[in-house]
Amino acid sequence: MATTLMPPPLRARNSNRVLRVLMNHLATAAAVGSTILVMAPLIAIFGYLLYKGASSLNLAFFTQIPKPVGEPGGGMANSILGSGILLAIASLMGVPIGIAGGIYIAEFGRNKRLANMVRFTADVLNGVPSIVMGIAIYTLIVVPQKHFSALAGGVALGIMMIPTITRTTEEMLLMVPLNVREAALGLGVPNWRSVLSITLRTASPGVITGCMLAFARVAGETAPLLFTAFGNQFWSTSANEPIAALPLQIFVYAISPYDEWHRLAWAGALVLIVLIVVSVALVRYVAGRGVLKGAS
Amino acid sequence: MTQRPESSASGGADPSPSPVRTYLLNCGSSALADRAFGALMLVCALSIFAIVLLILIELISGSRLSIQKFGMSFFFGSAWDPVNGNFGALPFIYGTVVSSILALIIAVPLAVGVAIFLTEMCPDWLRGFLAFFTELLAAIPSVVYGLWAVFVLIPLLRQYVNPVLIKTLGWTGIFAPPNYGIGMFAAGVILSIMILPIISSLTREVMSAVPHAQREAVLALGATRWEMIRMGVLRNARIGIVGAVILGLGRALGETMAVTMVIGNRPEIARSLLAPAYSMASVIANEFTEASDELYLSALVEIGLALFIVTIIVNALARVLVWAVTRGAPVRGT
Repeated sequence: MATTLMPPPLRARNSNRVLRVLMNHLATAAAVGSTILVMAPLIAIFGYLLYKGASSLNLAFFTQIPKPVGEPGGGMANSILGSGILLAIASLMGVPIGIAGGIYIAEFGRNKRLANMVRFTADVLNGVPSIVMGIAIYTLIVVPQKHFSALAGGVALGIMMIPTITRTTEEMLLMVPLNVREAALGLGVPNWRSVLSITLRTASPGVITGCMLAFARVAGETAPLLFTAFGNQFWSTSANEPIAALPLQIFVYAISPYDEWHRLAWAGALVLIVLIVVSVALVRYVAGRGVLKGAS
Repeated sequence: MTQRPESSASGGADPSPSPVRTYLLNCGSSALADRAFGALMLVCALSIFAIVLLILIELISGSRLSIQKFGMSFFFGSAWDPVNGNFGALPFIYGTVVSSILALIIAVPLAVGVAIFLTEMCPDWLRGFLAFFTELLAAIPSVVYGLWAVFVLIPLLRQYVNPVLIKTLGWTGIFAPPNYGIGMFAAGVILSIMILPIISSLTREVMSAVPHAQREAVLALGATRWEMIRMGVLRNARIGIVGAVILGLGRALGETMAVTMVIGNRPEIARSLLAPAYSMASVIANEFTEASDELYLSALVEIGLALFIVTIIVNALARVLVWAVTRGAPVRGT
C-alpha cells in the first residue's frame, strides 16, 4: 500500500529531502531491528528448553515421584497428576460460570449498563496479580479448613479462568447473526433452548477456543498455588490434602542448589511448555478455520 | 397485523432486536423457564463482581491487625523486622516500582517498534508467523521465564553486560559493583521480556484501528513512510498506546515468580541497580507460609491489599484509554 501511493521521487530541491529519506531508512531499520531483538529471547528460551529439557526427559520422569536429596533419578509423576486434578477442579468451576457470564452479556444484557460493567470488571479482574488471588483464597478456604488443600488451589485457578472465558464467550456469541436466533424462535423453540442449542452451538468453536486459552494460562500459574495447593512430595489424589503441581515443583527445583534437581526442573518446564504451546496452536488452528463464517 | 416483518441485519452485533424477535420472545409459552434461565445467567455474570468484592473484603479483614498498628506509616517505614514485630513496606514498594519502570524503559520502545513493523512494514506471509510467535511469548509461564533467567540470563548479565555497564556508567553510582548478577537490573530485564508481548499486541490493535484515509492523506502530501507513521498513525493512536503501556505496567507490578527468582530478595533500598532488592509480590511469595505470628501475616496481607488496589486502578485506567481509541473502529483484518 505504502509503496504504490508514494509520489514520484522529487528532485532534490532542498537538502531537507535527503535528511527525510535518511530518517525514513533509520526508522525502518529501527523497527526491523527491534523485531529481531524481541524474537531473540524467544528463540533462546525455546532453544534452551528443548536442549536442556529433552536431554533430561526419560520414562522415570513420567512414572516416578521425587527422590530424596542426593539420590539420583526420580520424576514428577505426582506433580503431573496433581496439575491434572487442580486443572480439573478449576475447569469444573471456571468453565460453566464463565460461559454463563458471557451468555448474560451477549444475550440478555445487550446495551444495558450492567452488562457493560460486568465486561469492564472482567477485564480489570484479568489484570489482578495471581498472588493476590492466592492470598484471598488462603483466608477464605485454607484458614477455616486449617490446612492446605487441592480444593483451595483448584478454586484459586478456577476464579482466574472466569474473566477470560466470559469475555471470549461474549465476543463469539455476538458474531452469531440475529437471524439464526429468530429462526429458532419462529419455530416455537423457547428462548433458553435457543440460546443453548442454537446460538451457543453455533459459536462453540470460538467458545472452546476461549476455554483452552484460559486453561493454558492457569496451567502455568505458580503464585496462587504457593499457599493454597502448597505442593507435596508424595502421591496425593485427595481434594482435601496438599497436592503437588508441575509449576510449583519446577519453582522448588529451580531455586534448589542441586544439579540433579535443576535437570528435573528443565524437564518439567519442557513438559509444561509443550502442553501450553499445543493448546495455543490448537486454538489458532480452530480459530483460523473460520468456522463461524459458515453460519452467516 | 400488516406490519412487514423486518429481518435484522446479518451482523450479530445489531444492537436493537427486531420487532419480530420481541414479539416472539413475549408470546412464548415458556416465559417462566426463560425468566429462570435469564436469572441464572445473571447470577453467574454477577459472580464477577462478587469475586472482586470478596477479594477486597478478605484482604481488608486479613490485614486489619497491621492497619490498626501501623496506619499509614506502614508504607513509609523501611524496617522489616519480624522478630520484633516491626514492619514497613517501603523497600518492597521501591523494588516493585523501580523494577517495573526499568522494564517499561526497556520494553516500550521495542514493543512500539515491533508493532510498527507488524502493521506498516511487514510482508503478509511473515505477519501471521510473527504474531503467532509473540503470542507464544505471552503464553510462557512466569516460572519458566524465571528458570531461564536463573540459568541463562543471569550468567550472561554477570559476565558480559554488567561489567560494561559498571565501566561506562559506574561513576553515576547507578551501576556500581558488587556485581552478583541477580538484583534489580536482572529483574527489570526479565520483566521487560515478559511484558513486551502484551504491549506490542495492544499497540498493534490500536494502530490497526487508525483509518486508512489518515495514512493515504499524509502520503498524498509527499510524506515518507516514517513521516506517515509518525504523523498519520502514531499521533492518532497515542492515547491507545499509552493505555497499552499502562496495561503492561499493571502486569509488571504484579509479576511474582520470575521476579522472585532473580531480584535477590534483600529488603534494602540501594542506589545501585545491580544490588539485590525485593518486590511486593515476591515478599508475599517467599514469606507467607513462614509467617509465624498474626501481625507478620497481617503485614504481608496488607502488602497484597496495596498491590490489589494499585493494579485495579492501573488496569481500569488502561482499559479506558484503549477503549477510547478502538471504540467504533472498523474491523480490519490483521
